[in-house]
Amino acid sequence: MNDQVTRREVLKKGLIGAAGLTVLPTVIAACSSSSATATPTMAPVATQAPVATQAPVATPGATTAPALSGAVTFGSNFSDPVPKKAMADMMAQFAKENPTITVTMNTVDHGTFQDQITSYLGGKPDDVFCWFSGFRMRFFAGQGLAVAIDDVWTTLSPHFSDAFKVGSTGDDGHQYFVPIYNYPWAVFYRPSLFTAKGYKVPATLSDLTALCTQMQKDNIIPFAFGDKDGWEAMGTFDILNLRMNGYQFHVDLMAGKNKWTDPKVLAVFNQWKALMPFHQTGGAGRTWEDAAQALVKKTAGMMLLGMFISASFQAVDAATLADLDFFPYPTFGTAYDAEMALDAPIDGFMIASKSAAGVAGSNDLALAKALISWLGSGEAEVIYVTEDQGNVAASKDADTSGYNPLQKKAATLIGAAQKITQFMDRDTRPDFAGANGMQNFILKFVGNPSQDLSALLTQIQAFYDGLPPMS
Amino acid sequence: MTQAREDTAPDRAGLTAGRAGAVAPRRRRHYSVLTRRDKILLGLMVGIPLFLDLIFIWGPAIASVILSFTQWNGIHGLTATDWVGLGNYEKLWSSYAPFWEGVKHNVLWFLVLMFIATPIGMFFAILLDREMRGSRIYQTIFYMPVVLSLAIVGLIWQLQYSQDNGMIDSILRGFGWSTPPDWFGDPSINLWAALVAASWRHVGYIMVLYLAGLKSVDPSLREAAAIDGANGTQTYLHVVFWVMMPINTVIVVVTSIEALRAFDIAYIINHGKNGLELLSTLITNNSISEASLIGFGSAIAVVLLTISLVPIVTFLTRIMREERE
Repeated sequence: MNDQVTRREVLKKGLIGAAGLTVLPTVIAACSSSSATATPTMAPVATQAPVATQAPVATPGATTAPALSGAVTFGSNFSDPVPKKAMADMMAQFAKENPTITVTMNTVDHGTFQDQITSYLGGKPDDVFCWFSGFRMRFFAGQGLAVAIDDVWTTLSPHFSDAFKVGSTGDDGHQYFVPIYNYPWAVFYRPSLFTAKGYKVPATLSDLTALCTQMQKDNIIPFAFGDKDGWEAMGTFDILNLRMNGYQFHVDLMAGKNKWTDPKVLAVFNQWKALMPFHQTGGAGRTWEDAAQALVKKTAGMMLLGMFISASFQAVDAATLADLDFFPYPTFGTAYDAEMALDAPIDGFMIASKSAAGVAGSNDLALAKALISWLGSGEAEVIYVTEDQGNVAASKDADTSGYNPLQKKAATLIGAAQKITQFMDRDTRPDFAGANGMQNFILKFVGNPSQDLSALLTQIQAFYDGLPPMS
Repeated sequence: MTQAREDTAPDRAGLTAGRAGAVAPRRRRHYSVLTRRDKILLGLMVGIPLFLDLIFIWGPAIASVILSFTQWNGIHGLTATDWVGLGNYEKLWSSYAPFWEGVKHNVLWFLVLMFIATPIGMFFAILLDREMRGSRIYQTIFYMPVVLSLAIVGLIWQLQYSQDNGMIDSILRGFGWSTPPDWFGDPSINLWAALVAASWRHVGYIMVLYLAGLKSVDPSLREAAAIDGANGTQTYLHVVFWVMMPINTVIVVVTSIEALRAFDIAYIINHGKNGLELLSTLITNNSISEASLIGFGSAIAVVLLTISLVPIVTFLTRIMREERE
């Protein structure tokens, strides 16, 4: 009689089990890695910005009709904790200034958002959505999935430099994109380590090689390196190609006008091969977050990455973040040094054609334009970059007094650059730059730099040629 | 009304059947065991799943086959200019290097699951069938990984295999190996690392299936073998294994399906590249990604479907043949 399971036992154990299960997702979320490497789960979270009852205040960038009211949806891929909070604060400010407009923000995991962008834009997208500049933007604009916002740009034009306007223009000459921020790719290091060991910031390639050799003698890994996600090492290729062959060659290569079998590209790979011994071994299996830890722990001296590396330092404490600095990749003594070119990807917003805002002349379109032009205002961008300190605001009006030293230096660096590229996976076709394309080829190179590079480049060119035409 | 009741006498549904059967003519050629209400119920119980199956499984499958002959990118509507006939298949065969990598890896996955993981599972089942002390605990331990979703399995093994922070490499470094293998980054070993993770789960799954089958073997057969002087191994090899043929068929099919379905672990590790290409990850990276080469991805999917049909058709013909006997 006693070994019969009673109803009470089942209920008791079931409730405890269910309680345990509800704790599990938070434990798993704590264990799993963040951003681009997160497990692909679609978790749209709708957050409603509060509607205040004061009269709307006219802000630079808001459209002139104070009677605008209604609801607008906003698709956000700012899913990591810091960007998510910064974006929420921006939305709160917008709601305060535009109490008659309700913004519903849907946040989706960063990597998943990109993977599903085609079905998202072709289905039922939000009115305004987050996206990137470069080929990626021009492609969707060319497919008719984004709304041209030339009228918004007539108001915004004086507030942005030419580079940003060019980055927001589609192939047909119309503007489709409003930038919020960009960030530079540079070589990051810890000044305290450099002072302690007596290193100097290298200005030329020979300085860099000498510095790396010295670091190896001191038992410090010269370059921390992680390429597990496939895209990190693209930054190294980009900067080497920009330095050795110049901006125009690089852009034409990305567009498919130059061939990967060109001897100039082979020269870049050979140069990379010469630098590989200075990089952390096992890069193919290491994420950038783990590689950045080597920089935090001072087991590595430098790392070529985007300014988002500051998040890893910010996570430790403020003192560690203060001990982070960067220098632009050394010059190679070629004619292209004057370009001071670098990768500075721009993130921003677009209006989707297949949403409610896609209907010309509708109230939704007016609301979407109001939101998107506010997002491009200096005031709005400052709210974001104050919290997510790995970026620099795009607008000229943005109040830079609140920048930390890293951001100030980044703004100067980007401002001084004559030519800016967007990063390989934003400058070229996604099927070419994707998991079974360039990501895979670069991983092959990184795994075995001494292989036959001409053969590898022939494979890359054959892969590019085999892709279907971009209709 | 006794006539009507006699007519419906074989009906097990009882008194209500008489009313449902109405006034049937006396000289009906066959009895229907089912009342009209039964028939409606059965119709719904079979019809609704069948309808859903047609819409959600057959429909998309046929659409995939059709799309595999096009170059559709999912954005604009499908037009005649997208039609390429066998172009995608030609490209797959001759110039898409990851495809043959994927096929090779799928074949390896199948071989390892079939000839290493499944026999280990069967072996554990045989051991646990002996009802030794604590066999329930062992069953739970071996079955635990099956309960976890493959995404969690991938996460757990990532923590183990991580080069800098993982347990395995830390232990190896402790033993003096200064550069332990890069389990996920080295294309020559990362497939095997993923296979260990997949087998960890597969062993438990097969063990439970086989154990259920073993429990259903008639004990008198074992007694007869024991009387004839057979020891444990001989009893198993000569008697039990052959009696369990239906279960063996199930296990072979389950293993084939798991091998062809392999996706989650490879995708979690690194999205299926650099040595972890599988047909399923290739489909995902081509179709359900920013690249949106839906036509090309569908061609790979059709190839996978054709390969999958082999074990499925074998299994179904065998089952139907047994039913007919």
